[in-house]
Amino acid sequence: MTQFEQKIRVLIAKPGLDGHDRGAKVVARALRDAGMEVIYTGIRQTPEMIIESSLQEDVDVVGLSILSGAHMALLPIITQQLRENDMEDVLVLAGGIIPDEDVAALQEAGVKGIFTPGASTQEIIDFIQTSMAQKEAL
Amino acid sequence: MSLISTEKILSGNKRAIARLITYVENNHPHAQSFLDSLYPHTGQAHLVGITGSPVTGKSSLVNKLAKAYRDQDKSVAIIAVDPTSPFSGGAILGDRIRMRELAGDPGIFIRSMASRGSLGGLSKAVDDAIKVLDAAGFEVILIETVGAGQSEVEIVKTAHTVIVVEVPGLGDDVQAIKAGILEIADIFVVNKADRPGAEKTVSTLRTMLELGHASTHHVLHHGQLMTVEETPSHPDEENKKMWEIPVLKTMALKEEGIDPVVTTIDRHLDYLKNSGELMDRNRTRLIDELETALQLELMDRLLGQLPPNHLSETITKLVDRNLSPYAAVQAILKSREVGSRE
Amino acid sequence: MTDNQSPYLKSREDWEETTLKKHLERRPERKEKFVTTSSTPIERLYTPKDTNAEEYLENINLPGQYPFTRGVHATGYRGKLWTMRMFAGFGTAEETNQRFQYLLEQGQTGLSVAFDMPTLYGYDTDAPQALGEFGKCGVAISSLKDMEILLDGLPLDQVTTSMTINSPAAIIWAMYIAVADNRGIPRNKLGGTIQNDILKEYIAQKEFIFPPKPSMRLVTDTVEFGTNELPLWNTISISGYHIREAGSTAAQELAFTLVDGIEYVKWAIERGLDVDDFAPRLSFFFNAHNDFFEEVAKYRAARRVWARVMKEKFGAKNPRSLLLRFHSQTAGVSLTAQQPENNVARVAIQALAAVMGGTQSLHTNSMDEALALPSELAVRVALRTQQIIAHESGVANTIDPLGGSYFVEELTDRMEAQTWDYFQKIEDLGGVLPAIEAGFFQQEIADSAYVYQREIDDRERTIVGINDFVNDEPVQIPILDMDPQGYETQCARIEEVKAARDNETVARCLANLRAAAEGTDNTMPFILDAVKAYATLQEVMDVFRDVFGEYHEPAII
Repeated sequence: MTQFEQKIRVLIAKPGLDGHDRGAKVVARALRDAGMEVIYTGIRQTPEMIIESSLQEDVDVVGLSILSGAHMALLPIITQQLRENDMEDVLVLAGGIIPDEDVAALQEAGVKGIFTPGASTQEIIDFIQTSMAQKEAL
Repeated sequence: MSLISTEKILSGNKRAIARLITYVENNHPHAQSFLDSLYPHTGQAHLVGITGSPVTGKSSLVNKLAKAYRDQDKSVAIIAVDPTSPFSGGAILGDRIRMRELAGDPGIFIRSMASRGSLGGLSKAVDDAIKVLDAAGFEVILIETVGAGQSEVEIVKTAHTVIVVEVPGLGDDVQAIKAGILEIADIFVVNKADRPGAEKTVSTLRTMLELGHASTHHVLHHGQLMTVEETPSHPDEENKKMWEIPVLKTMALKEEGIDPVVTTIDRHLDYLKNSGELMDRNRTRLIDELETALQLELMDRLLGQLPPNHLSETITKLVDRNLSPYAAVQAILKSREVGSRE
Repeated sequence: MTDNQSPYLKSREDWEETTLKKHLERRPERKEKFVTTSSTPIERLYTPKDTNAEEYLENINLPGQYPFTRGVHATGYRGKLWTMRMFAGFGTAEETNQRFQYLLEQGQTGLSVAFDMPTLYGYDTDAPQALGEFGKCGVAISSLKDMEILLDGLPLDQVTTSMTINSPAAIIWAMYIAVADNRGIPRNKLGGTIQNDILKEYIAQKEFIFPPKPSMRLVTDTVEFGTNELPLWNTISISGYHIREAGSTAAQELAFTLVDGIEYVKWAIERGLDVDDFAPRLSFFFNAHNDFFEEVAKYRAARRVWARVMKEKFGAKNPRSLLLRFHSQTAGVSLTAQQPENNVARVAIQALAAVMGGTQSLHTNSMDEALALPSELAVRVALRTQQIIAHESGVANTIDPLGGSYFVEELTDRMEAQTWDYFQKIEDLGGVLPAIEAGFFQQEIADSAYVYQREIDDRERTIVGINDFVNDEPVQIPILDMDPQGYETQCARIEEVKAARDNETVARCLANLRAAAEGTDNTMPFILDAVKAYATLQEVMDVFRDVFGEYHEPAII
């Protein structure tokens, strides 16, 4: 039917060099099972690749999984480039081994949700759905 | 909504293109007026449909074809369609993984689309996305689908050139027979041709083509609602050469056999132009589009006019065998003056 | 195996009808279904099978005897304890060298080097791809100079050194050999391990660079070189650890690791090596996960299957060729960021499983690893855990103490059967490389990982501190301080090395290496020449990147 029907589109990417994609894949599947459209780009994504994919796919959410410890170097570049490309309204999430003392700096840089080992996929789903509903209401 | 404007699309602004495709997918109320104003600028791109089962490596092939076109300095858009999960309504769209070589090239635009709802809805969304990319000036548009279901076949078959991808070693039955997509192929590609059994797959396909399908590609038109007068677009039938459906071998991962595929696609386009079939196909394509759009719109209006619960009550009657489907249709139509909203 | 006459069965039936039935009526069990960490069902009770002496000798036998189910040594740990080998590495070569000195002082008996991401991908620290990654997951080694500093003051003829390196394994190993050569230590005195297991990178960890075939050729080059030159070196550590971390079940870990091992053996034999010349230098690396008995059964089944494969499939004659010797590491993925001190208990149980399974060496994870790089205190507690198991628990006093447990023997048999099934499936797909290219392993693992996560999210599986027994107190852990100037130091050193070396020699060595890579010569001698001339890691790897191309994985989610 031709009714207006919006789907949440999410890009899942692994910036940096580490190849540990278990979490990224599990989250991708969980989001699909929650009714979202997940564009999965896989490992070794540069910030430029992530920006390009986010732009062309017009995603609502960018989920970044990183376990190598390079998050402080890479994630702020990505949020910065999103802003430069007129995509400041895209919700940026990060998952991985991210120490507490880095969390505030990353949030400051525009990473809205940070999920460390032990986070359930439902928490991530809820976070996205709540954020999208708030955006809608604006 | 300043993100999108007709001018931005026409000048190739990718943010605008991407957002308009989202509108198209979502049936956003603003989509239609943009599409209307873009329509005069469409009809320029060469539409190439590529289909095959998930194991055929067609994403890799699309990747290499796009690269080859970029070497010729042609701009390329790719629409990669993957199925929506019938259980959750979500989808995982993973085609970009195989296309990382294209990253950073401003002459490339890749869009992943989920099949979402109904057959007609998907066709319409893809058709409209193609229009957006066509108007934006992409010279080649590659449309990639999983050759598994009816809806995927519906999408690619309206392309100018349809490539069906097979791989060796999937048993004696070539996948095309099962999927019933033999009829829509303009070009067969046997990918992963370094695998055992490649020659056998090629010869099986050739035999099948000789047996029943060695003639020119038939313009398939499934229109039932309208009687459209067919205008012969190629007055001199004698000049119309037959298109022999070629079977080509590639090893996309190793970048082998790609150039012959590109040459053949180009040759097919020349054939379409010279034989007049291009006009036939475009015409058929537009007729299909018109029909689909009309069907969707009529259904929409009709269902919109029905009282709430009317449909579910009718369905209950059908299930209980108290009403036949045909009688149900008559009843629905009688209850409303369809299409005339006054 | 059993029949109706079995006295065991008869009495078991009686028990079920009377004692059990009555009890269940009064008090039902905690769950309807009990499963292992790998979601395989566990029965209520295991009782003796009708195992006769012949079957016992065929399947279990005595320690140090075929099929080695009860261990590779006749004396178990009564002879020699396992090697306590803590994986370490971060920042610059200087910092990691200090950590090694510390660990040796604390009673560690072997070294284990972790490399940083750029090194693992064959990039020098100053490469643009290395942005933000320097020294994070290990030490950065960009040239022989760094290796010299890393090994400074360490007795290379007395310690064994394990190096966790895969795609660039040949180059890093060559640097290690070069340091020993320059110190005048004979190569046949060098003992240690390079991980060098490229197959599991395609399957699980994804640190591949080249396509599978040229990668396998490089691995085979190292096997051949090691067989001829470094008889004490383990040239491949065939690893299930990463397969398990990526989400596989225990049985998948076992089967995929062993099938990889078989593939390496095939390639080496094709190279013209005698199986008995190289097979004794193949070693294995398994995960030690939460489910105690399942893990023990996995290690026991591993030894049995490998011995059978080597004997029956490859016709190995040397008894040492049949032995599956393995390193193990507790499951990083099982550590929680919540209530991290609970991880000490997890690690202890996992380590105990590895020991009960007869591991040859063991790394125990630190409690803070789900939060950050391990601190010195956390590393010490992890090492002490092993020492407590070794010296206080008493489990090392007898051989294979769980052998003969009805449950463990049953699980061991089940593991073995699942492994043979997977071997068949993989063969049906055309072998390991076609199965990798088809994404078979990757799909199996991704499916298992998703099932596991769903079980946790749906609270069918309890993880203490995660979905039950939750405590929201904020976590305070000490954070490792790294030299803030490390990156600059390292980049400057690369500059110095490039300025000081003879660039003509470097160019000539790299040209020779290219010719070898394009041809069929063993590349190891050419790599050695290049690294001794101070060609950097990336310069050497770029030759291979150019000749072999880069690999992109199939899209499996």
